[in-house]
Amino acid sequence: MEGFDNFWAVYSNLVLSIGINALLAISIWFTLSCGLLAMANAAFMGIGAYTAALLTMKAGASFTVALLGGIGAPLAVALIIGMPTLRLSGVYLAMATLGFGEVVRILILNAERWTGGALGLNGIPQLTQWWHVLASLVAVLLVLWRLRRSRVGRAFEAIKEDDVAAALMGIGVMSHKLLAFALGAGIAGLAGALNAHLTFFIGPAEYGFERGIDILTMAVLGGTGGLAGPVVGALVITLLPEFLRSFRNYRLMINGVILVLIVLFLPKGIWDPSRVRQWLKRSRRGMPDNTAGVR
Amino acid sequence: MSALLEVAGLEVAYGHIEAVRGISFEVHAGEIRTLVGANGAGKSTTLLALSGLVRARAGSIRFDGEELLRLKSHQIVDRGLVQVAEGRAILTTLSVKENLELGAYRRQDRIGIASDLEKVLTLFPLLHERIDTMAGNLSGGEQQMLAIGRALLARPRLLLLDEPSMGLAPLVVQGIFRTLGEINHDGLTIFLVEQNVRQALKIAQYGYVLETGRIVLADSGRRLLDEPKVLEAYLGG
Repeated sequence: MEGFDNFWAVYSNLVLSIGINALLAISIWFTLSCGLLAMANAAFMGIGAYTAALLTMKAGASFTVALLGGIGAPLAVALIIGMPTLRLSGVYLAMATLGFGEVVRILILNAERWTGGALGLNGIPQLTQWWHVLASLVAVLLVLWRLRRSRVGRAFEAIKEDDVAAALMGIGVMSHKLLAFALGAGIAGLAGALNAHLTFFIGPAEYGFERGIDILTMAVLGGTGGLAGPVVGALVITLLPEFLRSFRNYRLMINGVILVLIVLFLPKGIWDPSRVRQWLKRSRRGMPDNTAGVR
Repeated sequence: MSALLEVAGLEVAYGHIEAVRGISFEVHAGEIRTLVGANGAGKSTTLLALSGLVRARAGSIRFDGEELLRLKSHQIVDRGLVQVAEGRAILTTLSVKENLELGAYRRQDRIGIASDLEKVLTLFPLLHERIDTMAGNLSGGEQQMLAIGRALLARPRLLLLDEPSMGLAPLVVQGIFRTLGEINHDGLTIFLVEQNVRQALKIAQYGYVLETGRIVLADSGRRLLDEPKVLEAYLGG
């Protein structure tokens, strides 16, 4: 038991980061699963983090209320900015949402009275326990797993494939896109709220462009085909730099090379359900499957 | 016989480009009507406007007496105006069965859906054989059948088809058109938009010829096939 205590003392932050990063990766995976390349998740994370931190620090709210606020505030903002921006598609949506992210960052920077400006918020109570992160992750995974098998999930898949065809089948394309965008924002906000109460300090620089790219990388690298993808992606992206510590100065370089190799050889991500299925089929038959790889 | 679909003075523009310049036509219950024309004549735009995917600038679209112009696309599907989109628009990562089930997305009557699914699979036995195949692995002809089958599962009162013959071998096209004839024989009204003028006019009781956004000819399918202008412009003399 002592061994575990030692491990936990050293690595608890890392383990909890995996969980929070997994939530973030899931948040963008969810909008991607509706065919939307929206890059505002870092900003939504920031809105959630600041809302929750201000609730506990300045309003003296309980942690539960703070978490709910951390989900609710970005969700509401997403509904408002989603109406005009979700009419855009592809790269244009990515650009508009990136722009929104910058606006949020600059707003946080300038609303000094509330947010502490560039100095950030200091002394956030460390209320996040390991089981908060675990419970959040499990709850989000369960809800999304159920959702994917529902009518709504089917509609998302149809919209992702071809939104004209989806509309012709009678699917309300705009309302489903708005739902995906808002729920994704809520999940990112939850991750932000948990993270804020784990790290003691938050600042506007944490929720900028780079964080947005990190979140997208985790989801794409893990694979967008199934729910396990973003979790696997978060695991790899969070742990890889730790395993490469012995390379010292070359660490980030090797990290980058590995990511490039993964993308080159596994273009659909590390977790690709159809590849796993084929692989299982092949090993069961004990010989190569000729029909595999046609698609 | 009163018209099921009545379109009057329909105008659609993309910015400054007027794609459809005030066309009027109607479709009567129980018949096959067709709108033929060359590439860029405005055929697909007309269909998209009927389904509410492109907003019309002027005119009216009355379906069974009700004005559709302000309705959303899913409400139009609810009214029974269902379109098979150009290029088949199959959801390639879903199975044939899942594609068909999505056709019935707006419906709640499980028993009705099951029996309609049965009907579609009898109509297209090839789809029955490949029910669990990924739709992306189907041939072009099979994909078109799937697209039509999916639209039928929405239980349409008027089926709109946008170039079902596109990119298909002549024999396959004949098969598709034969099936459309059967579906119509069973009582479904069909409005068909086609570049394959000969096939379309053969199957349709009545046809319109669209050129640069205007209807230039309207007559029975058989008479249009003999019309010198049509022969010259579309049927190679």
